[in-house]
Amino acid sequence: MSAQAAPALAQRGHLRLDAVIGAAATVVGPFEAKGPLGHLFDRVVKDDLCGEKSYERAEQCLLRGAVELLLDRSGVGAADVDLMLAGDLLDQITTTNFAGRDLGVPLLGLYSACATTSESLLLAGLAVTAGAARQAIAATASHHNAAERQYRYPLELGVQRAPTAQWTATGGAAFLVRPAGEGLARMVSATVGTIQDYGLKDPNNMGAAMAPAAADTILRHFRARGQTSRDYDLILTGDLARAGSPLLEELLAEQREHPGERLQDAGMLLYAEEQDVHAGGSGAVCSALVLASLALPRLRRGEIRRALLVATGSLHSPRSYQQGESIPTVAHAVELEAIS
Amino acid sequence: MEPKEYRQRVRRMEQPRPVARNALWAFVVGGLICVVGQGVQSGLMSLGYDQESVKAPVSIILVFLGSLATALGLYDRLAKLGGMGANLPITGFANSVVAPAMEFKQEGPIMGTGARIFQVAGPVIAYGLLTAFVVGLVRFAISGGKP
Amino acid sequence: MSFLLAFLIGGALCLVAQLIMDFTGATPAVILVGSVVLGAIAAGLGIYEPFAKLAGAGATVPLPGFGFSLVSGLLREMPKEGWVALFSGAFKATGAGIKAALIFGLIASFVTRARA
Repeated sequence: MSAQAAPALAQRGHLRLDAVIGAAATVVGPFEAKGPLGHLFDRVVKDDLCGEKSYERAEQCLLRGAVELLLDRSGVGAADVDLMLAGDLLDQITTTNFAGRDLGVPLLGLYSACATTSESLLLAGLAVTAGAARQAIAATASHHNAAERQYRYPLELGVQRAPTAQWTATGGAAFLVRPAGEGLARMVSATVGTIQDYGLKDPNNMGAAMAPAAADTILRHFRARGQTSRDYDLILTGDLARAGSPLLEELLAEQREHPGERLQDAGMLLYAEEQDVHAGGSGAVCSALVLASLALPRLRRGEIRRALLVATGSLHSPRSYQQGESIPTVAHAVELEAIS
Repeated sequence: MEPKEYRQRVRRMEQPRPVARNALWAFVVGGLICVVGQGVQSGLMSLGYDQESVKAPVSIILVFLGSLATALGLYDRLAKLGGMGANLPITGFANSVVAPAMEFKQEGPIMGTGARIFQVAGPVIAYGLLTAFVVGLVRFAISGGKP
Repeated sequence: MSFLLAFLIGGALCLVAQLIMDFTGATPAVILVGSVVLGAIAAGLGIYEPFAKLAGAGATVPLPGFGFSLVSGLLREMPKEGWVALFSGAFKATGAGIKAALIFGLIASFVTRARA
């Protein structure tokens, strides 16, 4: 590592950003609308098919809907979008690329499982910071029913889920990233995660598998910035849920970081206890929905000054699990601050 | 932290499954399904079926009931409560065939429903048949097949 | 009396399967395959038949009863068909249940779809 590194790359994987999140848009399924954040989402689809003939197409409909709503509300035409960075959970990220057919914007498809939210945001921020895009879109989508049939069991199959299992969120979310000006929050910096694998194999306990990735990225981010958790009003992880969050707290405490109430998890905020989603929410869109509906509005109103989004992803596939492989995980962090 | 040490911590901190509650519901749900089976069997025998000939129609009727509950979207809820109490009886076997049939119709009647209908039940049938084959082979070797 | 025995014994089999699943963390598929295999072995050892006489539907409705039917069907055909029964016998006793599930599954797939 050279001390004379490029200005954008102060430390390995740490990126200085100079961009704002200009606007955000969310579309959710009916089940998510019943959760505690339900009234904060922009649009709720009537049923989980979104008027389509398959759940895969429904997921595309959610992503497309979020992007169209975003363009609509920010008065930006698709022709003015220089770059779109988006991802989802389905095989070959079909949701993103199929939805892209109708959007007509330069599109890069991404995959970091549920860490795709921060991956797409940090890459959009980087493109804008580097002057490569004047307006970039970061977006994610996931669908419970489509994820179940890919990762787990047929919907009607009688299966008793483990208490540590998580519920894939149904929705789409999109963010408009610009160089400067009006907006919801400023993107200051980001830390790209390294892949962590502590040998955990249970896809019904992804929170535990992902907690070390979150801890590693958070600590690396603090080190690169000379910060501690006290510099933040909110550290939003997504989605460690009830199984992973206490593990993250312990891992941070061992490094003498005690974020306390500042540490919140998107998977635990999206659903209510009585919705019976076991350990909490997950899915590529889960942290994006909580960011858009809860964290960004609070940053814009100045209720919180600085927030760290730490989206985490389990990078296994159904096949890797069947072959007995452990679950590699990753977390990417994006540091946001209030504009005014 | 060493991965091994972390895995031990995960096991220690993992929220335990509600073992007693699960076991109780498995007992109740499974027991009640067997009572339904006994009822069907008694009913058919009062219509003239004997101990041997009643077996197939009992299976068919229970499979029908399990299939119907699956098609109506009820069986997954029963299994969420009853766990193995809903999975182990033959109605659960029906559920394990009907659920993938419904799920994969999206991929078409041949490569979807047709190819994946035994996705869950297949292993049960395969290893059941293998075991029966081995048991039969042993019996054949010992007695030449005589009972 | 037969209803009480069916309830108690059928329920107990399910309870044991549930306990094994919760304590070992085994997937349902492993438990189900295991119970068919154990039922078939118990049938081969001649244990299952008296058990089924006592418990009625409590022993035949749960999946070990499927293993029992596979084996008893095969052994019943063996005196008549000889070694051919190794390949043909097991389906005779269980074919009705398997085919019923297949037919109802196909019908269900034609008329309805999976929902959350």
